[in-house]
Amino acid sequence: MFDKNLRGMIDDVKDGRMDRRAFVKRMIAVGLTAPMANQILAIGGVAMAQSPNPYKPTKRGGGGPLKLLWWQGPTLLNPHFATGTKDQDGSRIFYEPLASWDVDGHLNPILAAEIPSIQNGGLSADAKTVTWKLKPGVKWHDGKPLTADDLVFNWEYASDPATAAVSIETYSGLTVEKIDDLTIRITFKKPTPFWANAFVGAYGCIIPKHLFADYKGGKSREAPNNLKPVGTGPYKFVEFKPGDLIRGEINPDYHMANRPSFDTIEMKGGGDAVSAARAVIQTGEYDFAWNIQVEDEVLLRLEKGGKGKALFAVGGDIEFIAINFTDPNTEVDGERSSIKTKHPILSDPKVRQALALLVDRDSVKKAIYGRAGRTTANYLNGPEEFVSKNTKWEFSVEKASALLEQAGWKLGSDGIREKDGKKLKLLYQTSINGPRQKTQAIVKQACQKAGIDVELKSVVASVFFSSDVANPDTYAHFYADIEMFQIPMTQPDPALHMRRYHSRNIATKENKWQGPNFPRWANKEFDAAIDAADTETDPIKRADLYIKGNDLMWQDNVMIPVMHRLAVEASSNTLRPALSGWANQTDNLQDWYRES
Amino acid sequence: MSQYILRRLMIAIPSLLGISLVLFFVLALAPGDPFSELATNPNVPPEVQAALRAKFGLDDPIYLRYLHWLAAMAQGDWGFSFVSRVDVDTLILQRLPTTLYVVGSSQLLALLIAIPVGVYAATRPYSLFDQLANTFAFIGFSLPTFFTGILFILIFSVKLDWLPFVYSSVPGSGIPWLLEMIRQAIMPVMVLGLFQAASMTRFVRSAMLDVIRLDYVTTARAKGLGQAKVIVKHVMRNAMIPVVTLIALQMPAVFGGAIVTEQIFRIPGIGSLLISSILANDTPVVMAVTFVFACLVVLFNLIADVLYGWLDPRISFR
Repeated sequence: MFDKNLRGMIDDVKDGRMDRRAFVKRMIAVGLTAPMANQILAIGGVAMAQSPNPYKPTKRGGGGPLKLLWWQGPTLLNPHFATGTKDQDGSRIFYEPLASWDVDGHLNPILAAEIPSIQNGGLSADAKTVTWKLKPGVKWHDGKPLTADDLVFNWEYASDPATAAVSIETYSGLTVEKIDDLTIRITFKKPTPFWANAFVGAYGCIIPKHLFADYKGGKSREAPNNLKPVGTGPYKFVEFKPGDLIRGEINPDYHMANRPSFDTIEMKGGGDAVSAARAVIQTGEYDFAWNIQVEDEVLLRLEKGGKGKALFAVGGDIEFIAINFTDPNTEVDGERSSIKTKHPILSDPKVRQALALLVDRDSVKKAIYGRAGRTTANYLNGPEEFVSKNTKWEFSVEKASALLEQAGWKLGSDGIREKDGKKLKLLYQTSINGPRQKTQAIVKQACQKAGIDVELKSVVASVFFSSDVANPDTYAHFYADIEMFQIPMTQPDPALHMRRYHSRNIATKENKWQGPNFPRWANKEFDAAIDAADTETDPIKRADLYIKGNDLMWQDNVMIPVMHRLAVEASSNTLRPALSGWANQTDNLQDWYRES
Repeated sequence: MSQYILRRLMIAIPSLLGISLVLFFVLALAPGDPFSELATNPNVPPEVQAALRAKFGLDDPIYLRYLHWLAAMAQGDWGFSFVSRVDVDTLILQRLPTTLYVVGSSQLLALLIAIPVGVYAATRPYSLFDQLANTFAFIGFSLPTFFTGILFILIFSVKLDWLPFVYSSVPGSGIPWLLEMIRQAIMPVMVLGLFQAASMTRFVRSAMLDVIRLDYVTTARAKGLGQAKVIVKHVMRNAMIPVVTLIALQMPAVFGGAIVTEQIFRIPGIGSLLISSILANDTPVVMAVTFVFACLVVLFNLIADVLYGWLDPRISFR
């Protein structure tokens, strides 16, 4: 019924009987987020509103210097090689995509003349092609014009495995062809409901063909412009010292009116998050600091009478405890946690359920994450239309104890439960990181009350997240009973986020533990839902499929969500940055200005 | 003399080879992966990580990687950083001026404090001045730089708002820029310089005390020479020999940077390059920085030995 109403409303918007703002409001009322509502309208045939960020300056330049502090300095400036978001942020000062996700999660056209929709002929009804039109008159910093050839080249460059670009996934499974000098058509091999990926956002930044054409494939490292970006962005390149400093100056030929507002830009790297927050919030030496992973208590203290404040952006990053479904202590064919085994304790759903009851998310929020976290029962926390309303969580030692009792785990004389002479003992691993060790302590305490002996283990982050095949301490080897870390959601679509846990992706020795399904959870119903969602073009049905996937993970307690984490930034009181939980911090840099 | 230097240089070659071998194998055996950041990123398929590892030769056996590295190094090719894909020598040269400026000034400051204070304290042992100098020296070298650094930031940046605590390497010219460069270096130079000065003062004092009691000093005084002349011409010249060694051996540190202090004040020097490369498992950079450091230690040891002979003709080279 919801489905039918929605279609009616989309028609109302199309015919102008309802304005899009009212539509979005109604969608939010029924639990959808603004970005989803807009994507629904786009596929339903209504053009996305061009809703740029609020921007007050009435002339280009004159805003003085903009000083950014990234406590991990960017180390390279080619968006196709960006190993971390820091590198994407640095590249984004000079390079631009066709469109980026704005504050509300709308697509905001950057180099595109307009956002493709069914109405303007940009999207096909079968979700297999997208036609993008380029803004006319856009020039590279060296004066050459931007054309469709540059876009086709970026696809060839990134999709060539010899280039070893990190954006390869974004540009594979599709072909890009030139229609005319300012038009390209993307053709997907399969119906692709989430079409706004190639040429959009951080991985969509476009590099100039005339400077990189000779450095495609194996020679990609040798391109001199890897270090001297020539882009289309609001600032022109001046200087780059890897890990330390990026400097840029205003681009007087920038393609957007009155933008950018600042005359120069400086991105300083190095140091740590706490002192970065201090330099912005307390002493005002810098205007903006990125990724302030600092306890909220410290931020609140710095904000008192300071010169800046903390800003929070809601995305879909989730901190969770994952359950190992296989036995980490039995070796089969030279591999522990082998898919051929079953976890002796955790394969019992009652024990997993008890564990979920023992994670006190309120205390974790209060004691550690504060304003930077939200409690949740879901693994999938955004965009709103994909968030399940069918789940709930609670913290109860009594209920957990009762469940364990039912499962046959009886209290021993030492306060630890046992069954058939075996103790209820779990190894709980995570990376070394202040908030994580505190969370470990909170969970351990609750488990002890319920009679579970939890042994804590923390691994240096560089090892824990390593792909080193020989190292048994990585999260992917998962030689522990439960483990905790965060998986970021890098785009406002759950496809990548959920596909990880398809049973074909289970991490094994055979695939060198590169399969992203590290809990080694296999569920046919989940697989079917994810496969169906991959090609489902109806946005409502597709959202339902992902909600179903999330609910299956919740029922099976594959992941115990600890915290839905928000992005935290520090900004001077006068700076007006355009931020979005669905984009990198510099993705809408052209719209930043200072309130005088 | 030249034969002696040549022989010492020849001996240095096998020891440097040994050092490089140990460094390389320890780094290769250390856990971690330069591409770990890609692992949790759902946008990046694991094949990219594997392709990068293969492309940069990380999957080759260790001895092969060492031979490749050695062959390239012999031809002056230092390799390139896995993280920034920039040549390592470019990275190091970019960072060197800042380190020389900051750490060099702090060493100079340390000398300017340590020598007069140490000498004066030794001429009046157990006087009030000596007691005070000793007390401050003990406080100075018991407080680690990460503590004094943060203390200075709290006092001079946060409370008093006199000095910036983020070191900016933006190039410029003119008097205001120059003043700004000096202003932002004050805190790190003080932190490092005072720490060095503390231990060096103690060293100068004890070296002076060793010499000041010798018979020839009494003879000099008996000849009727003035106190100043005795101390400066007769005592100091001999007492400075161990101090020169100490300074010479500290010179590599001037090039190597100060890891902790550079991190606290965000000084883009060699020390911060080293620490960020270690954290990112960027082995070529770590290897190059540590190896250059080893070369400098060997070189300055030689220089110290040569200086000995010049300062004290009784020492001969054989």
